[in-house]
Amino acid sequence: MAPRPSPLRLTGHALAQVALVVPTVVAAVFVAVGGATALLVVGIPFLLLGLPLLRWIADRHRAMAAVTLGHPVPADRLPDDDRSLPARLAIWGRDPMTWRELAWAFASVTLGFAVSLLVVLLMVCVVTLVLWWYAAPQLMRVRALTDARLLSRGNHELLEERVQVLTETRAETVEDSAAELRRIERDLHDGAQARLVALQMNLGLARDLMDSDPAAARDLLAEASTTTGAALGDIRDVVRGIHPPVLADRGLAGAVQALALDLAVPVTVTGDLPDRPSAPVETAAYFAVLECLANVTKHAEAEHAWVELDRRDDLLVVVVGDDGRGGADPSGGTGLRGVARRLAALDGSVRVSSPEGGPTLVTLEVPCESSSPRTTPSSATG
Amino acid sequence: MRVVLAEDNALLRDGLTRILVAHGFTILHSVDNAPELEEALADPDAEAAILDVRLPPTLTDEGLRAAIACRAERPGFPVVVLSQWVEHLYARELLADGGGAVGYLLKDRVGDIREFVDAVHRVAGGGTVLDAEVVSAIMARPRARAVDRLSEREREVLGLMAEGRSNAAIAAGLFITPKAVDKHANSIFTKLDLPVAPDDNRRVLAVLAWLEV
Repeated sequence: MAPRPSPLRLTGHALAQVALVVPTVVAAVFVAVGGATALLVVGIPFLLLGLPLLRWIADRHRAMAAVTLGHPVPADRLPDDDRSLPARLAIWGRDPMTWRELAWAFASVTLGFAVSLLVVLLMVCVVTLVLWWYAAPQLMRVRALTDARLLSRGNHELLEERVQVLTETRAETVEDSAAELRRIERDLHDGAQARLVALQMNLGLARDLMDSDPAAARDLLAEASTTTGAALGDIRDVVRGIHPPVLADRGLAGAVQALALDLAVPVTVTGDLPDRPSAPVETAAYFAVLECLANVTKHAEAEHAWVELDRRDDLLVVVVGDDGRGGADPSGGTGLRGVARRLAALDGSVRVSSPEGGPTLVTLEVPCESSSPRTTPSSATG
Repeated sequence: MRVVLAEDNALLRDGLTRILVAHGFTILHSVDNAPELEEALADPDAEAAILDVRLPPTLTDEGLRAAIACRAERPGFPVVVLSQWVEHLYARELLADGGGAVGYLLKDRVGDIREFVDAVHRVAGGGTVLDAEVVSAIMARPRARAVDRLSEREREVLGLMAEGRSNAAIAAGLFITPKAVDKHANSIFTKLDLPVAPDDNRRVLAVLAWLEV
Protein backbone atom coordinates (compact mmCIF):
# COMPACT_ATOMS: atom_id res chain seq x y z
CA MET A 1 0.00 0.00 0.00
CA ALA A 2 1.25 3.46 -0.86
CA PRO A 3 2.29 5.76 1.99
CA ARG A 4 -0.38 8.17 3.15
CA PRO A 5 -0.07 11.49 1.33
CA SER A 6 0.91 14.43 3.52
CA PRO A 7 -1.68 17.09 4.47
CA LEU A 8 0.26 19.49 2.29
CA ARG A 9 -0.10 17.29 -0.77
CA LEU A 10 -3.79 16.76 -0.01
CA THR A 11 -4.25 20.50 0.18
CA GLY A 12 -2.62 20.72 -3.21
CA HIS A 13 -5.33 18.37 -4.42
CA ALA A 14 -7.97 20.52 -2.77
CA LEU A 15 -6.57 23.59 -4.51
CA ALA A 16 -6.67 21.82 -7.86
CA GLN A 17 -10.23 20.71 -7.20
CA VAL A 18 -11.27 24.25 -6.37
CA ALA A 19 -9.59 25.47 -9.55
CA LEU A 20 -11.40 22.84 -11.59
CA VAL A 21 -14.85 23.88 -10.40
CA VAL A 22 -15.41 26.45 -13.13
CA PRO A 23 -14.28 24.13 -15.95
CA THR A 24 -16.50 21.42 -14.45
CA VAL A 25 -19.51 23.71 -14.53
CA VAL A 26 -18.73 24.66 -18.11
CA ALA A 27 -18.28 21.05 -19.17
CA ALA A 28 -21.44 19.88 -17.40
CA VAL A 29 -23.52 22.69 -18.90
CA PHE A 30 -22.11 21.97 -22.37
CA VAL A 31 -22.92 18.30 -22.01
CA ALA A 32 -26.39 18.94 -20.65
CA VAL A 33 -27.23 21.53 -23.30
CA GLY A 34 -25.54 19.54 -26.05
CA GLY A 35 -27.25 16.34 -25.01
CA ALA A 36 -30.66 17.99 -24.95
CA THR A 37 -30.23 19.45 -28.42
CA ALA A 38 -28.10 16.72 -30.01
CA LEU A 39 -30.96 15.58 -32.20
CA LEU A 40 -31.17 19.08 -33.66
CA VAL A 41 -27.49 18.77 -34.67
CA VAL A 42 -26.67 22.14 -33.06
CA GLY A 43 -25.93 20.27 -29.80
CA ILE A 44 -23.23 18.11 -31.29
CA PRO A 45 -20.41 20.71 -31.18
CA PHE A 46 -21.30 21.32 -27.52
CA LEU A 47 -21.03 17.61 -26.82
CA LEU A 48 -17.73 17.36 -28.70
CA LEU A 49 -16.29 20.09 -26.45
CA GLY A 50 -18.05 19.22 -23.22
CA LEU A 51 -17.66 15.45 -23.10
CA PRO A 52 -13.87 15.22 -23.52
CA LEU A 53 -13.45 18.08 -21.01
CA LEU A 54 -15.73 16.38 -18.51
CA ARG A 55 -13.94 13.07 -19.00
CA TRP A 56 -10.58 14.73 -18.53
CA ILE A 57 -11.67 16.51 -15.32
CA ALA A 58 -13.20 13.30 -13.97
CA ASP A 59 -9.96 11.46 -14.70
CA ARG A 60 -7.98 14.03 -12.74
CA HIS A 61 -10.32 13.54 -9.77
CA ARG A 62 -10.01 9.77 -10.09
CA ALA A 63 -6.25 10.08 -9.98
CA MET A 64 -6.41 12.29 -6.88
CA ALA A 65 -8.88 9.95 -5.18
CA ALA A 66 -6.61 7.02 -6.00
CA VAL A 67 -3.65 8.74 -4.33
CA THR A 68 -5.69 9.62 -1.25
CA LEU A 69 -7.27 6.18 -0.86
CA GLY A 70 -4.18 4.20 -1.83
CA HIS A 71 -6.01 2.04 -4.38
CA PRO A 72 -6.85 2.54 -8.04
CA VAL A 73 -10.13 4.15 -9.03
CA PRO A 74 -10.75 2.72 -12.52
CA ALA A 75 -12.91 4.56 -15.02
CA ASP A 76 -14.33 1.37 -16.64
CA ARG A 77 -15.52 3.21 -19.69
CA LEU A 78 -16.65 1.41 -22.81
CA PRO A 79 -13.65 1.05 -25.15
CA ASP A 80 -13.66 3.56 -28.01
CA ASP A 81 -10.23 3.07 -29.59
CA ASP A 82 -9.78 3.23 -33.34
CA ARG A 83 -13.29 4.53 -33.94
CA SER A 84 -14.49 7.43 -36.02
CA LEU A 85 -15.66 10.55 -34.18
CA PRO A 86 -19.41 9.93 -34.69
CA ALA A 87 -18.98 6.31 -33.52
CA ARG A 88 -17.14 7.55 -30.45
CA LEU A 89 -19.87 10.02 -29.70
CA ALA A 90 -22.42 7.22 -29.89
CA ILE A 91 -20.33 5.07 -27.53
CA TRP A 92 -19.96 7.95 -25.08
CA GLY A 93 -23.69 8.50 -25.16
CA ARG A 94 -24.36 4.83 -24.41
CA ASP A 95 -21.70 4.58 -21.72
CA PRO A 96 -23.27 4.55 -18.22
CA MET A 97 -20.04 6.11 -17.02
CA THR A 98 -20.90 9.30 -18.93
CA TRP A 99 -24.07 9.63 -16.90
CA ARG A 100 -22.24 8.94 -13.68
CA GLU A 101 -19.70 11.61 -14.53
CA LEU A 102 -22.47 14.08 -15.21
CA ALA A 103 -24.09 13.31 -11.86
CA TRP A 104 -20.71 13.54 -10.20
CA ALA A 105 -20.14 16.96 -11.77
CA PHE A 106 -23.13 18.36 -9.90
CA ALA A 107 -22.00 16.86 -6.59
CA SER A 108 -18.48 18.02 -7.23
CA VAL A 109 -19.28 21.67 -7.79
CA THR A 110 -21.52 21.83 -4.71
CA LEU A 111 -20.64 19.62 -1.75
CA GLY A 112 -17.26 18.58 -3.07
CA PHE A 113 -16.35 22.16 -3.77
CA ALA A 114 -17.33 23.14 -0.21
CA VAL A 115 -15.08 20.45 1.31
CA SER A 116 -12.07 21.29 -0.85
CA LEU A 117 -12.49 25.00 -0.24
CA LEU A 118 -12.69 24.38 3.50
CA VAL A 119 -9.40 22.49 3.45
CA VAL A 120 -7.69 25.27 1.53
CA LEU A 121 -9.12 27.96 3.84
CA LEU A 122 -8.05 26.07 6.98
CA MET A 123 -4.48 26.27 5.81
CA VAL A 124 -4.56 29.79 4.45
CA CYS A 125 -6.05 31.26 7.64
CA VAL A 126 -2.83 30.49 9.59
CA VAL A 127 -4.63 30.49 13.02
CA THR A 128 -6.38 27.27 12.06
CA LEU A 129 -3.15 25.56 11.03
CA VAL A 130 -3.30 22.98 13.82
CA LEU A 131 -6.88 22.15 13.00
CA TRP A 132 -5.86 21.99 9.29
CA TRP A 133 -3.08 19.49 10.05
CA TYR A 134 -5.51 17.04 11.67
CA ALA A 135 -8.68 17.74 9.68
CA ALA A 136 -7.27 17.93 6.13
CA PRO A 137 -6.60 14.17 5.73
CA GLN A 138 -10.04 13.32 7.11
CA LEU A 139 -11.88 15.83 4.97
CA MET A 140 -9.98 14.90 1.83
CA ARG A 141 -10.63 11.24 2.52
CA VAL A 142 -14.36 11.92 2.64
CA ARG A 143 -14.07 13.84 -0.60
CA ALA A 144 -12.04 11.04 -2.22
CA LEU A 145 -14.46 8.37 -1.08
CA THR A 146 -17.39 10.28 -2.52
CA ASP A 147 -15.58 10.87 -5.80
CA ALA A 148 -14.50 7.24 -6.04
CA ARG A 149 -18.02 6.02 -5.32
CA LEU A 150 -19.52 8.25 -7.98
CA LEU A 151 -16.78 7.90 -10.59
CA SER A 152 -16.16 4.18 -10.36
CA ARG A 153 -18.44 1.22 -10.15
CA GLY A 154 -18.76 -0.30 -6.71
CA ASN A 155 -17.81 -3.84 -5.74
CA HIS A 156 -21.41 -4.90 -5.70
CA GLU A 157 -22.00 -3.72 -9.25
CA LEU A 158 -18.77 -5.29 -10.44
CA LEU A 159 -19.69 -8.60 -8.85
CA GLU A 160 -23.13 -8.53 -10.39
CA GLU A 161 -21.62 -7.93 -13.81
CA ARG A 162 -19.07 -10.68 -13.27
CA VAL A 163 -21.77 -13.16 -12.30
CA GLN A 164 -23.72 -12.16 -15.38
CA VAL A 165 -20.69 -12.73 -17.64
CA LEU A 166 -19.82 -16.02 -15.96
CA THR A 167 -23.37 -17.31 -16.27
CA GLU A 168 -23.46 -16.49 -19.97
CA THR A 169 -20.03 -17.87 -20.81
CA ARG A 170 -20.60 -20.99 -18.75
CA ALA A 171 -23.81 -21.74 -20.59
CA GLU A 172 -22.04 -21.20 -23.91
CA THR A 173 -19.10 -23.34 -22.89
CA VAL A 174 -21.31 -26.22 -21.81
CA GLU A 175 -23.25 -25.96 -25.06
CA ASP A 176 -20.08 -25.75 -27.14
CA SER A 177 -18.42 -28.72 -25.52
CA ALA A 178 -21.58 -30.80 -25.94
CA ALA A 179 -21.68 -29.85 -29.62
CA GLU A 180 -17.99 -30.67 -29.90
CA LEU A 181 -18.52 -34.12 -28.42
CA ARG A 182 -21.42 -34.74 -30.80
CA ARG A 183 -19.22 -33.73 -33.71
CA ILE A 184 -16.42 -36.06 -32.63
CA GLU A 185 -18.88 -38.90 -32.12
CA ARG A 186 -20.30 -38.33 -35.59
CA ASP A 187 -16.87 -38.07 -37.19
CA LEU A 188 -15.76 -41.33 -35.61
CA HIS A 189 -19.02 -43.06 -36.42
CA ASP A 190 -19.14 -42.01 -40.07
CA GLY A 191 -15.40 -42.28 -40.60
CA ALA A 192 -13.04 -44.63 -38.83
CA GLN A 193 -15.74 -46.83 -37.29
CA ALA A 194 -17.51 -47.43 -40.61
CA ARG A 195 -14.22 -48.19 -42.29
CA LEU A 196 -13.22 -50.67 -39.61
CA VAL A 197 -16.54 -52.46 -40.10
CA ALA A 198 -15.86 -52.65 -43.83
CA LEU A 199 -12.35 -53.84 -43.07
CA GLN A 200 -13.60 -56.64 -40.87
CA MET A 201 -16.05 -57.75 -43.55
CA ASN A 202 -13.32 -57.76 -46.17
CA LEU A 203 -11.03 -59.79 -43.95
CA GLY A 204 -13.82 -62.29 -43.19
CA LEU A 205 -14.60 -62.67 -46.89
CA ALA A 206 -10.93 -63.07 -47.70
CA ARG A 207 -10.58 -65.84 -45.12
CA ASP A 208 -13.54 -67.68 -46.63
CA LEU A 209 -12.14 -67.35 -50.14
CA MET A 210 -8.55 -68.16 -49.19
CA ASP A 211 -8.73 -71.77 -50.40
CA SER A 212 -11.39 -71.65 -53.07
CA ASP A 213 -10.36 -68.43 -54.86
CA PRO A 214 -6.93 -67.17 -53.76
CA ALA A 215 -6.89 -64.43 -56.41
CA ALA A 216 -10.13 -62.88 -55.14
CA ALA A 217 -8.88 -63.22 -51.56
CA ARG A 218 -5.74 -61.30 -52.52
CA ASP A 219 -7.84 -58.51 -54.04
CA LEU A 220 -9.90 -58.32 -50.87
CA LEU A 221 -6.77 -58.10 -48.75
CA ALA A 222 -5.46 -55.28 -50.92
CA GLU A 223 -8.77 -53.50 -50.47
CA ALA A 224 -8.58 -54.11 -46.72
CA SER A 225 -5.17 -52.47 -46.70
CA THR A 226 -6.54 -49.38 -48.47
CA THR A 227 -9.45 -49.22 -46.05
CA THR A 228 -7.06 -49.36 -43.09
CA GLY A 229 -5.12 -46.43 -44.52
CA ALA A 230 -8.32 -44.43 -44.95
CA ALA A 231 -9.42 -45.24 -41.38
CA LEU A 232 -6.06 -44.04 -40.06
CA GLY A 233 -6.45 -40.87 -42.11
CA ASP A 234 -9.89 -40.28 -40.57
CA ILE A 235 -8.53 -40.75 -37.07
CA ARG A 236 -5.70 -38.32 -37.81
CA ASP A 237 -8.24 -35.71 -38.91
CA VAL A 238 -10.31 -36.21 -35.76
CA VAL A 239 -7.20 -35.91 -33.58
CA ARG A 240 -6.12 -32.73 -35.34
CA GLY A 241 -9.57 -31.28 -34.70
CA ILE A 242 -9.38 -32.05 -30.99
CA HIS A 243 -5.81 -31.19 -30.19
CA PRO A 244 -3.22 -30.95 -32.97
CA PRO A 245 -0.13 -33.01 -32.07
CA VAL A 246 2.22 -30.25 -33.20
CA LEU A 247 0.61 -27.96 -30.60
CA ALA A 248 1.42 -30.45 -27.88
CA ASP A 249 4.97 -30.79 -29.22
CA ARG A 250 5.90 -27.23 -29.99
CA GLY A 251 3.48 -24.96 -28.23
CA LEU A 252 1.55 -22.10 -29.80
CA ALA A 253 4.39 -20.46 -31.75
CA GLY A 254 5.51 -23.74 -33.33
CA ALA A 255 1.99 -24.89 -34.11
CA VAL A 256 1.12 -21.58 -35.75
CA GLN A 257 4.30 -21.82 -37.82
CA ALA A 258 3.33 -25.33 -38.91
CA LEU A 259 -0.14 -24.06 -39.77
CA ALA A 260 1.27 -21.16 -41.77
CA LEU A 261 3.36 -23.53 -43.90
CA ASP A 262 0.30 -25.33 -45.20
CA LEU A 263 -1.72 -22.31 -46.27
CA ALA A 264 -2.21 -21.00 -49.77
CA VAL A 265 -1.49 -17.42 -48.67
CA PRO A 266 2.07 -16.74 -47.47
CA VAL A 267 1.98 -16.12 -43.73
CA THR A 268 4.74 -14.55 -41.64
CA VAL A 269 4.81 -15.59 -38.01
CA THR A 270 6.64 -13.24 -35.65
CA GLY A 271 7.13 -13.08 -31.92
CA ASP A 272 8.07 -15.68 -29.44
CA LEU A 273 6.50 -16.48 -26.11
CA PRO A 274 8.78 -16.52 -23.06
CA ASP A 275 7.01 -19.62 -21.77
CA ARG A 276 4.01 -21.74 -22.62
CA PRO A 277 0.56 -20.53 -21.61
CA SER A 278 -1.68 -23.08 -19.90
CA ALA A 279 -3.06 -25.81 -22.15
CA PRO A 280 -6.63 -24.44 -22.43
CA VAL A 281 -5.34 -20.98 -23.34
CA GLU A 282 -2.92 -22.43 -25.87
CA THR A 283 -5.58 -24.58 -27.50
CA ALA A 284 -8.16 -21.80 -27.63
CA ALA A 285 -5.63 -19.38 -29.08
CA TYR A 286 -4.51 -21.94 -31.66
CA PHE A 287 -8.02 -22.62 -32.91
CA ALA A 288 -8.74 -18.90 -32.93
CA VAL A 289 -5.71 -18.30 -35.17
CA LEU A 290 -6.77 -21.26 -37.33
CA GLU A 291 -10.20 -19.71 -37.82
CA CYS A 292 -8.76 -16.28 -38.59
CA LEU A 293 -6.30 -17.67 -41.15
CA ALA A 294 -9.06 -19.76 -42.71
CA ASN A 295 -11.06 -16.55 -43.12
CA VAL A 296 -8.04 -14.88 -44.72
CA THR A 297 -7.70 -17.63 -47.33
CA LYS A 298 -11.45 -17.81 -47.94
CA HIS A 299 -12.57 -14.18 -48.01
CA ALA A 300 -9.79 -11.63 -47.85
CA GLU A 301 -8.18 -12.02 -51.31
CA ALA A 302 -4.95 -11.22 -49.50
CA GLU A 303 -1.43 -11.37 -50.95
CA HIS A 304 0.12 -11.77 -47.57
CA ALA A 305 -0.90 -12.42 -44.00
CA TRP A 306 0.90 -12.24 -40.69
CA VAL A 307 0.55 -13.48 -37.14
CA GLU A 308 2.15 -11.66 -34.22
CA LEU A 309 2.43 -13.45 -30.91
CA ASP A 310 3.13 -11.42 -27.83
CA ARG A 311 2.99 -11.72 -24.10
CA ARG A 312 2.18 -8.56 -22.13
CA ASP A 313 2.49 -9.42 -18.47
CA ASP A 314 -0.33 -11.87 -17.86
CA LEU A 315 -2.00 -11.29 -21.21
CA LEU A 316 -1.44 -13.36 -24.34
CA VAL A 317 -1.91 -11.08 -27.33
CA VAL A 318 -2.19 -12.51 -30.82
CA VAL A 319 -2.69 -10.29 -33.86
CA VAL A 320 -3.71 -11.88 -37.15
CA GLY A 321 -3.49 -9.43 -40.03
CA ASP A 322 -3.82 -9.51 -43.80
CA ASP A 323 -3.44 -7.07 -46.66
CA GLY A 324 -6.68 -8.15 -48.31
CA ARG A 325 -9.76 -6.18 -49.20
CA GLY A 326 -11.00 -5.56 -45.65
CA GLY A 327 -14.64 -4.98 -44.83
CA ALA A 328 -14.86 -8.09 -42.65
CA ASP A 329 -17.93 -8.02 -40.44
CA PRO A 330 -17.22 -9.72 -37.13
CA SER A 331 -20.92 -10.26 -36.46
CA GLY A 332 -21.49 -11.78 -39.92
CA GLY A 333 -19.66 -15.09 -39.83
CA THR A 334 -20.30 -17.86 -37.36
CA GLY A 335 -16.58 -18.63 -37.25
CA LEU A 336 -15.42 -15.47 -35.52
CA ARG A 337 -18.38 -15.54 -33.17
CA GLY A 338 -17.38 -19.07 -32.20
CA VAL A 339 -13.85 -17.83 -31.57
CA ALA A 340 -15.18 -15.01 -29.41
CA ARG A 341 -17.29 -17.44 -27.40
CA ARG A 342 -14.42 -19.81 -26.88
CA LEU A 343 -12.11 -17.02 -25.75
CA ALA A 344 -14.82 -15.45 -23.58
CA ALA A 345 -14.87 -18.64 -21.50
CA LEU A 346 -11.25 -17.81 -20.64
CA ASP A 347 -12.01 -14.10 -20.09
CA GLY A 348 -10.41 -13.39 -23.44
CA SER A 349 -11.62 -11.07 -26.16
CA VAL A 350 -11.57 -10.57 -29.92
CA ARG A 351 -11.32 -7.21 -31.64
CA VAL A 352 -11.68 -6.78 -35.38
CA SER A 353 -10.52 -3.76 -37.33
CA SER A 354 -11.31 -4.11 -41.01
CA PRO A 355 -11.87 -0.91 -42.97
CA GLU A 356 -12.95 -1.23 -46.63
CA GLY A 357 -9.82 -1.80 -48.68
CA GLY A 358 -8.00 -3.37 -45.76
CA PRO A 359 -5.90 -4.18 -43.93
CA THR A 360 -7.82 -6.46 -41.62
CA LEU A 361 -6.49 -6.86 -38.11
CA VAL A 362 -7.93 -9.34 -35.66
CA THR A 363 -6.59 -8.94 -32.14
CA LEU A 364 -7.06 -11.82 -29.74
CA GLU A 365 -6.37 -11.28 -26.05
CA VAL A 366 -6.44 -13.98 -23.40
CA PRO A 367 -5.32 -13.63 -19.81
CA CYS A 368 -2.88 -16.38 -18.97
CA GLU A 369 -0.40 -17.63 -16.48
CA SER A 370 2.41 -19.78 -17.76
CA SER A 371 2.31 -23.50 -17.07
CA SER A 372 5.61 -24.86 -18.29
CA PRO A 373 8.98 -23.68 -19.55
CA ARG A 374 9.30 -22.86 -23.20
CA THR A 375 10.13 -25.48 -25.77
CA THR A 376 11.59 -24.48 -29.09
CA PRO A 377 13.17 -26.49 -31.85
CA SER A 378 16.33 -24.41 -31.58
CA SER A 379 17.32 -26.31 -28.44
CA ALA A 380 17.55 -29.45 -30.54
CA THR A 381 19.16 -28.00 -33.64
CA GLY A 382 21.56 -25.62 -31.89
CA MET B 1 22.72 -53.37 -42.46
CA ARG B 2 22.88 -52.54 -38.72
CA VAL B 3 20.11 -50.21 -37.64
CA VAL B 4 18.91 -48.51 -34.46
CA LEU B 5 15.17 -48.85 -33.86
CA ALA B 6 13.27 -46.51 -31.52
CA GLU B 7 9.55 -47.03 -31.00
CA ASP B 8 7.74 -46.85 -27.67
CA ASN B 9 4.73 -48.96 -28.59
CA ALA B 10 5.71 -52.60 -27.98
CA LEU B 11 3.35 -53.97 -30.65
CA LEU B 12 4.70 -51.69 -33.33
CA ARG B 13 8.28 -52.24 -32.21
CA ASP B 14 7.84 -56.01 -32.54
CA GLY B 15 6.20 -55.61 -35.93
CA LEU B 16 8.97 -53.36 -37.23
CA THR B 17 11.62 -55.71 -35.86
CA ARG B 18 10.01 -58.65 -37.59
CA ILE B 19 9.77 -56.81 -40.92
CA LEU B 20 13.33 -55.49 -40.76
CA VAL B 21 14.89 -58.78 -39.70
CA ALA B 22 12.99 -60.65 -42.41
CA HIS B 23 14.50 -58.27 -44.97
CA GLY B 24 18.08 -58.71 -43.91
CA PHE B 25 18.54 -55.86 -41.45
CA THR B 26 20.29 -56.34 -38.12
CA ILE B 27 18.67 -54.56 -35.19
CA LEU B 28 21.70 -53.20 -33.38
CA HIS B 29 19.71 -51.47 -30.64
CA SER B 30 15.99 -51.51 -30.03
CA VAL B 31 14.91 -48.78 -27.59
CA ASP B 32 11.66 -47.29 -26.34
CA ASN B 33 12.68 -43.91 -24.92
CA ALA B 34 14.70 -40.82 -25.77
CA PRO B 35 17.65 -41.12 -23.34
CA GLU B 36 18.38 -44.69 -24.48
CA LEU B 37 17.97 -43.57 -28.08
CA GLU B 38 20.68 -40.96 -27.63
CA GLU B 39 23.05 -43.60 -26.31
CA ALA B 40 22.19 -45.98 -29.13
CA LEU B 41 22.76 -43.29 -31.77
CA ALA B 42 26.23 -42.67 -30.36
CA ASP B 43 27.19 -46.25 -31.27
CA PRO B 44 29.69 -45.96 -34.16
CA ASP B 45 28.53 -49.36 -35.51
CA ALA B 46 25.07 -48.03 -36.33
CA GLU B 47 24.54 -47.51 -40.06
CA ALA B 48 21.02 -46.09 -40.00
CA ALA B 49 18.20 -45.32 -37.60
CA ILE B 50 14.46 -45.83 -37.73
CA LEU B 51 12.74 -43.60 -35.20
CA ASP B 52 9.32 -42.69 -33.91
CA VAL B 53 8.79 -38.93 -33.52
CA ARG B 54 7.00 -39.24 -30.22
CA LEU B 55 8.93 -40.99 -27.46
CA PRO B 56 8.97 -41.02 -23.66
CA PRO B 57 9.72 -39.22 -21.37
CA THR B 58 7.71 -36.20 -22.58
CA LEU B 59 5.94 -37.86 -25.52
CA THR B 60 6.33 -34.85 -27.77
CA ASP B 61 8.93 -34.74 -30.54
CA GLU B 62 12.06 -36.15 -28.92
CA GLY B 63 12.58 -38.67 -31.74
CA LEU B 64 12.77 -35.84 -34.25
CA ARG B 65 15.09 -33.83 -32.03
CA ALA B 66 17.33 -36.84 -31.48
CA ALA B 67 17.51 -37.36 -35.25
CA ILE B 68 18.46 -33.73 -35.88
CA ALA B 69 21.01 -33.72 -33.04
CA CYS B 70 22.54 -36.98 -34.24
CA ARG B 71 22.90 -35.66 -37.77
CA ALA B 72 24.63 -32.56 -36.43
CA GLU B 73 27.23 -34.92 -34.95
CA ARG B 74 27.31 -37.34 -37.87
CA PRO B 75 26.38 -35.44 -41.04
CA GLY B 76 24.46 -37.51 -43.52
CA PHE B 77 23.66 -40.31 -41.05
CA PRO B 78 20.60 -42.00 -42.57
CA VAL B 79 17.43 -41.62 -40.50
CA VAL B 80 13.92 -42.74 -41.25
CA VAL B 81 11.45 -40.89 -39.03
CA LEU B 82 8.06 -42.49 -38.56
CA SER B 83 4.99 -40.80 -37.15
CA GLN B 84 1.24 -41.17 -36.73
CA TRP B 85 0.89 -37.87 -38.57
CA VAL B 86 3.18 -35.77 -40.75
CA GLU B 87 4.00 -32.07 -40.54
CA HIS B 88 5.46 -30.00 -43.33
CA LEU B 89 7.35 -28.08 -40.61
CA TYR B 90 9.07 -31.22 -39.35
CA ALA B 91 10.02 -32.27 -42.88
CA ARG B 92 11.74 -28.92 -43.32
CA GLU B 93 13.59 -29.24 -40.04
CA LEU B 94 14.79 -32.74 -40.89
CA LEU B 95 16.02 -31.72 -44.32
CA ALA B 96 17.44 -28.37 -43.26
CA ASP B 97 21.02 -29.60 -42.98
CA GLY B 98 21.02 -30.43 -46.70
CA GLY B 99 22.71 -33.78 -46.16
CA GLY B 100 19.97 -35.94 -47.67
CA ALA B 101 19.57 -39.50 -46.39
CA VAL B 102 16.28 -38.59 -44.69
CA GLY B 103 13.02 -40.44 -44.66
CA TYR B 104 9.86 -39.00 -43.14
CA LEU B 105 6.90 -41.34 -43.36
CA LEU B 106 3.52 -42.02 -41.86
CA LYS B 107 3.45 -45.22 -39.82
CA ASP B 108 0.64 -46.38 -42.11
CA ARG B 109 3.21 -46.80 -44.87
CA VAL B 110 4.89 -49.61 -42.99
CA GLY B 111 1.83 -51.67 -43.96
CA ASP B 112 3.12 -51.78 -47.53
CA ILE B 113 6.17 -53.78 -46.53
CA ARG B 114 7.97 -53.81 -49.86
CA GLU B 115 7.64 -50.02 -50.24
CA PHE B 116 8.76 -49.46 -46.67
CA VAL B 117 11.84 -51.65 -46.94
CA ASP B 118 12.63 -50.05 -50.26
CA ALA B 119 12.35 -46.60 -48.64
CA VAL B 120 14.78 -47.58 -45.88
CA HIS B 121 17.27 -48.78 -48.49
CA ARG B 122 16.94 -45.60 -50.49
CA VAL B 123 17.48 -43.44 -47.41
CA ALA B 124 20.49 -45.55 -46.43
CA GLY B 125 21.81 -44.87 -49.94
CA GLY B 126 21.58 -41.10 -49.39
CA GLY B 127 18.14 -40.51 -50.90
CA THR B 128 15.24 -38.48 -49.59
CA VAL B 129 11.86 -40.10 -49.04
CA LEU B 130 9.00 -37.87 -47.98
CA ASP B 131 5.54 -39.15 -47.26
CA ALA B 132 3.00 -38.64 -50.02
CA GLU B 133 0.87 -36.66 -47.56
CA VAL B 134 3.62 -34.07 -47.01
CA VAL B 135 4.19 -33.90 -50.73
CA SER B 136 0.53 -33.31 -51.54
CA ALA B 137 0.27 -30.63 -48.84
CA ILE B 138 3.17 -28.77 -50.42
CA MET B 139 1.72 -29.29 -53.91
CA ALA B 140 -1.58 -27.74 -52.85
CA ARG B 141 0.09 -24.50 -51.95
CA PRO B 142 0.53 -21.97 -54.76
CA ARG B 143 3.37 -19.57 -54.04
CA ALA B 144 5.67 -17.18 -55.79
CA ARG B 145 9.10 -18.76 -55.68
CA ALA B 146 11.74 -20.47 -57.75
CA VAL B 147 9.67 -23.61 -58.10
CA ASP B 148 6.97 -21.63 -59.92
CA ARG B 149 9.26 -21.52 -62.93
CA LEU B 150 8.64 -25.24 -63.33
CA SER B 151 5.97 -26.56 -65.65
CA GLU B 152 3.04 -28.58 -64.34
CA ARG B 153 4.69 -31.82 -65.46
CA GLU B 154 8.02 -30.89 -63.95
CA ARG B 155 6.35 -30.20 -60.63
CA GLU B 156 4.75 -33.65 -60.74
CA VAL B 157 8.14 -35.17 -61.37
CA LEU B 158 9.65 -33.19 -58.50
CA GLY B 159 6.86 -34.31 -56.18
CA LEU B 160 7.58 -37.95 -56.97
CA MET B 161 11.30 -37.31 -56.50
CA ALA B 162 10.51 -35.97 -53.03
CA GLU B 163 8.66 -39.19 -52.30
CA GLY B 164 11.91 -40.92 -53.12
CA ARG B 165 10.90 -42.59 -56.40
CA SER B 166 13.53 -43.67 -58.88
CA ASN B 167 13.39 -42.36 -62.45
CA ALA B 168 11.99 -45.70 -63.62
CA ALA B 169 9.23 -45.55 -60.98
CA ILE B 170 8.42 -41.96 -61.89
CA ALA B 171 8.19 -42.92 -65.56
CA ALA B 172 5.81 -45.76 -64.72
CA GLY B 173 3.72 -43.53 -62.43
CA LEU B 174 3.28 -40.77 -65.00
CA PHE B 175 3.01 -43.08 -68.03
CA ILE B 176 6.03 -41.53 -69.77
CA THR B 177 9.35 -42.96 -70.91
CA PRO B 178 12.38 -42.97 -68.56
CA LYS B 179 14.10 -40.78 -71.12
CA ALA B 180 11.38 -38.15 -70.75
CA VAL B 181 11.81 -38.28 -66.97
CA ASP B 182 15.53 -37.67 -67.45
CA LYS B 183 14.74 -34.68 -69.60
CA HIS B 184 12.31 -33.26 -67.04
CA ALA B 185 14.80 -33.87 -64.22
CA ASN B 186 17.55 -32.00 -66.04
CA SER B 187 15.19 -29.18 -66.83
CA ILE B 188 14.23 -28.99 -63.13
CA PHE B 189 17.89 -28.86 -62.07
CA THR B 190 18.60 -26.10 -64.59
CA LYS B 191 15.56 -24.01 -63.67
CA LEU B 192 16.41 -24.26 -59.96
CA ASP B 193 20.02 -23.21 -60.70
CA LEU B 194 21.42 -26.32 -59.06
CA PRO B 195 25.16 -26.88 -59.42
CA VAL B 196 26.44 -29.81 -61.43
CA ALA B 197 26.78 -32.76 -59.06
CA PRO B 198 25.97 -36.46 -58.91
CA ASP B 199 22.30 -37.05 -59.70
CA ASP B 200 21.38 -38.22 -56.18
CA ASN B 201 22.73 -35.07 -54.63
CA ARG B 202 20.94 -32.81 -57.08
CA ARG B 203 17.70 -34.58 -56.39
CA VAL B 204 18.07 -33.80 -52.67
CA LEU B 205 18.84 -30.16 -53.47
CA ALA B 206 15.85 -29.90 -55.78
CA VAL B 207 13.58 -31.23 -53.05
CA LEU B 208 15.08 -28.74 -50.59
CA ALA B 209 14.41 -25.85 -52.95
CA TRP B 210 10.89 -27.06 -53.29
CA LEU B 211 10.39 -27.22 -49.52
CA GLU B 212 11.85 -23.71 -49.27
CA VAL B 213 14.34 -24.93 -46.70
